[in-house]
Amino acid sequence: MENTGRLSKRYAKNLQMLSEEEVLMLHSKKVCVLGCGGLGGYVVEMLGRLGIEAITVVDGDCFDESNLNRQLLATEDLIGVSKARAAQRRMASVNPRVSITVRETYLTEENAREIIAGHDLVFDALDSIGARKLAAGISGDMGIPLIYGAIAGWYAQVATIFPGEGTLESIYPGKQDKGREAILGNPSFTPALVAAVQVSEGLKVLLGRGEVLRNRMLFIDLLNNEFDILPLNGKIEP
Amino acid sequence: MEVKIRLFATLREGRGKVLSKDFEAGVTPGLIIEDLGIPEEEVAILLVNGRDGDLEQALEDGDVVSIFPPVGGG
Repeated sequence: MENTGRLSKRYAKNLQMLSEEEVLMLHSKKVCVLGCGGLGGYVVEMLGRLGIEAITVVDGDCFDESNLNRQLLATEDLIGVSKARAAQRRMASVNPRVSITVRETYLTEENAREIIAGHDLVFDALDSIGARKLAAGISGDMGIPLIYGAIAGWYAQVATIFPGEGTLESIYPGKQDKGREAILGNPSFTPALVAAVQVSEGLKVLLGRGEVLRNRMLFIDLLNNEFDILPLNGKIEP
Repeated sequence: MEVKIRLFATLREGRGKVLSKDFEAGVTPGLIIEDLGIPEEEVAILLVNGRDGDLEQALEDGDVVSIFPPVGGG
């Protein structure tokens, strides 16, 4: 394996944008990705290529034919296979330096604390609003920042939530467990787009630089090409 | 009094993007949502003048109410 300075050559094109120290720092971070479907598959891919070398992947589901339209990890030969296990297989061929911890389970009240503990950052790539609220609550309690992303058809939203911030309560004040995706479905492109914004947000949190969507939410309407940043939590002036 | 209503995503269907409507004093976002025939489960984020709003708050002339449906897929 060739090296660029102290780094593997595989990270050469991450340099300049990131310093060598930053890439080395990323190697030491532990990131938890909740959900390995539309968003999570792309999130894991991008984290691994960035050089996050310890990733926990959490999903109790297996691939179904209806996942093939949008989920990066869903391929014909993996129908019926665990999504979390597929994330591990994929990363073994993309970047074997990444250690993937597989959790073939859904996030529940009983296991959430134990699953989330010990990570530097959590990605919410879940598909139920109840599980999202659980993830944000537990991550907040444990002092871990969470990167939220959600999609429905042409529409998508992303936010970066630090402990103690009630952004998700502003996003989901009601009791619904599913959003408009139940009616609209999800195409191939919104998961890739939102996962990219989530990973960029997560990278900035880990690096401690740049501006993040804190107490704000990016709302994306690709049907009309509208990108709005909403102040949520009542803490930021519009 | 006049209230401007900005609708997002699926809430625009059959209603439009931005509406300006006259209401009696004391109207709330909750009453406006009912007036527009938007079912409760189709309302998630609610902003009044670009900040977190409340379904029950009394609005004033010229206020802008923004309403978003829930987006929760992954």
